Amino acid sequence: MSLKNIQIKPILTRILAALTPVLATLAAMGIFAVILMTLGANPIDAYGALIEGAVGSPNAIADTLVKATPLLLIGLGTCIAFRGGVVNIGGEGQLVVGALAATLLGLLYPEAPGYVIIPLAMGAGFLAGGVWGGIPGVLKAYFNVNEILSTIMMNQIAVQGMNFLLRDAMIDPVQLEAASRIPQTARLAAQFDLPRLVPTRLHLGALLAVIAAVLVYIFLWRTTIGYRIRAVGLNAAAARYAGINVKRYMVLSLLLSGALGGLAGAVQVYGVSHRMFTDGSAAGFTGSAGFNGIVAALFGQLHPIGTIPAAILFGALLVGANKLQRVVQVPSALVIALNGLVVIFVVSSEIWRRRQTRVQQRMEPDNTPPDGGKPPGQLEQGEIG
Amino acid sequence: MIADLFTANVILGILASGIRLATPYLYAAIGETFGQRSGVLNLGVEGQMLLGAFAGFYMVFRTGNSWLGLLAAMLIGAVMGLVMGFITVTLHAEQGISGIGVYLFGLGMSDLLFQKMIGSVETVRGFQPIYIPFLSDLPFVGKVLFQQNILVYLAFLLVPVSWFVLNKTTLGLKIRAVGENPEAADSLGVSVKGIRYFTCILGGTLSGIAGASLSIALLNVFQQNLTSGQGFIAVALVYFGGWRPLGVMLGSLLFSMVNSLQLWVQTLRIPIPSDIAVMMPYVLTILALVIAVQRVRPPTALTKPFEREG
Repeated sequence: MSLKNIQIKPILTRILAALTPVLATLAAMGIFAVILMTLGANPIDAYGALIEGAVGSPNAIADTLVKATPLLLIGLGTCIAFRGGVVNIGGEGQLVVGALAATLLGLLYPEAPGYVIIPLAMGAGFLAGGVWGGIPGVLKAYFNVNEILSTIMMNQIAVQGMNFLLRDAMIDPVQLEAASRIPQTARLAAQFDLPRLVPTRLHLGALLAVIAAVLVYIFLWRTTIGYRIRAVGLNAAAARYAGINVKRYMVLSLLLSGALGGLAGAVQVYGVSHRMFTDGSAAGFTGSAGFNGIVAALFGQLHPIGTIPAAILFGALLVGANKLQRVVQVPSALVIALNGLVVIFVVSSEIWRRRQTRVQQRMEPDNTPPDGGKPPGQLEQGEIG
Repeated sequence: MIADLFTANVILGILASGIRLATPYLYAAIGETFGQRSGVLNLGVEGQMLLGAFAGFYMVFRTGNSWLGLLAAMLIGAVMGLVMGFITVTLHAEQGISGIGVYLFGLGMSDLLFQKMIGSVETVRGFQPIYIPFLSDLPFVGKVLFQQNILVYLAFLLVPVSWFVLNKTTLGLKIRAVGENPEAADSLGVSVKGIRYFTCILGGTLSGIAGASLSIALLNVFQQNLTSGQGFIAVALVYFGGWRPLGVMLGSLLFSMVNSLQLWVQTLRIPIPSDIAVMMPYVLTILALVIAVQRVRPPTALTKPFEREG
């Protein structure tokens, strides 16, 4: 075997591994084209409209980035949780409670200056989301309750709590007078609007999310706590032997994951909607960001930096879907179905990445698998403590 | 007004609708029980239910035949089960996340098909209540137990049947072996993948029926997100019921009774905020999980893909 061969193969493997989700997405879109055709829509027109709607003008690009912001923050939370060996499906609920906390703060102090309230509101969202994620963490670590189930239940509880508050205690006084009583809060004071970056709808929150991505990367790979979180995720038993308090780090991963979801909610209110509203379901306020963010993180191979382009891609899909609906009269529900298909394909394609990694390891016994090429440790249930 | 709740008629009403409302949970959760006993966590139940609900509804809307509707729901459920099997058993994809994918696909696809193929609010005449002769005339129990539609009866019949299959047949033994110790089962010649494919397809079929029980028996309508989280609850009920059909039934009944009570509280205009009332079953589920999980241990190989060492 030549020296050249040994050096090039791993690089090729890495590139292939990085491309796998892209290929998986293309495959999903291919399958979806067939579905579109059976529904009587021309898939080329459809995907064309999708792309034009997403990046066809400066405003479209700004909208795409605005849509990507909550996906990125939720996705970052997903990265932390998965790297820590826990699954957080509670993004929807965490986003809702974060938004509620931030909104409440803004409503309570309408006269305060923006530079005081905005950071406090972001903090309030972060904290509230942390609590909402921390509860399933404690239940998982100390009561052995499956966190997938508890986070799903916490979603429902958050949504009903939101409906309750918006229909009563937090309702816009104007709506209280009106007969319709639309369940929404008053608009937050104008000085609380997150500053716009360029003359579009693009707001400071997008920049904040990118900074958060860098911070999460540093946290996970350059700090002791981050190292321990990953150690627990890779092999809980080994981490315990190494003296790491596995339960505590399990709670911490879910807590931080939830906190980023809460921050997403605060950013959404202060940057986009400037009030909270509900149509009774979670998706009415969140736009399913809590689920789509997970998709984005998976797509970014659970790497904080990789999640940035992934979130932008899915933001583009969401913005493009509106255009799609107008041009080819295909309901925007299509994008939800397409997202589902992408998740299925991306998760399924893991097997090829693992195979490549295994082949590479066999070739070079000393070489550790490429960073990010290792799937998060198989989720183990009933093996804690 | 609270006193209104304690009249005989209301109590009977709560019990009767509670039993009815347990139907979708029963089908979905028993299907999930088979899957989990064989080591596969299917989180896509909700998506499979939605597609089944739509397929059943569409068929009844077009043909007027409830049985054809049920068949369509079962078929689409089985196909989705096969998909889940392929993803998790053959491709070894992480089960929790694949389930979310299947959920999102079912959520979007059922809505997309509904808007494309029906497009407006329609109702159908699905399965009607069957009055069992003599028994339905009994005081109290008659109304509660013997004036339900066929899917309700079948759902409760499914409980002893699945208990028998799981515990008293070779098939059940194989399913449990594959979920507890796939390596040992494999060395004894049991096809681990075959069994898991079987439970995935069975689970999908039952999820399809669960969806149909809503769209062509209980509600007789279809709309976006018709199941509103019931599929996820069904998964929780499997944990709650300790992976046993009887436990699953108790959990389903507990849950549906709380739901039914909550609906009656709203109907009688008792001043408890409805959002808080709707929240209660979920809080209850979390508490139930805390208690239930301490008692029983999940199947050892749950969520773990199987591959022969080679």
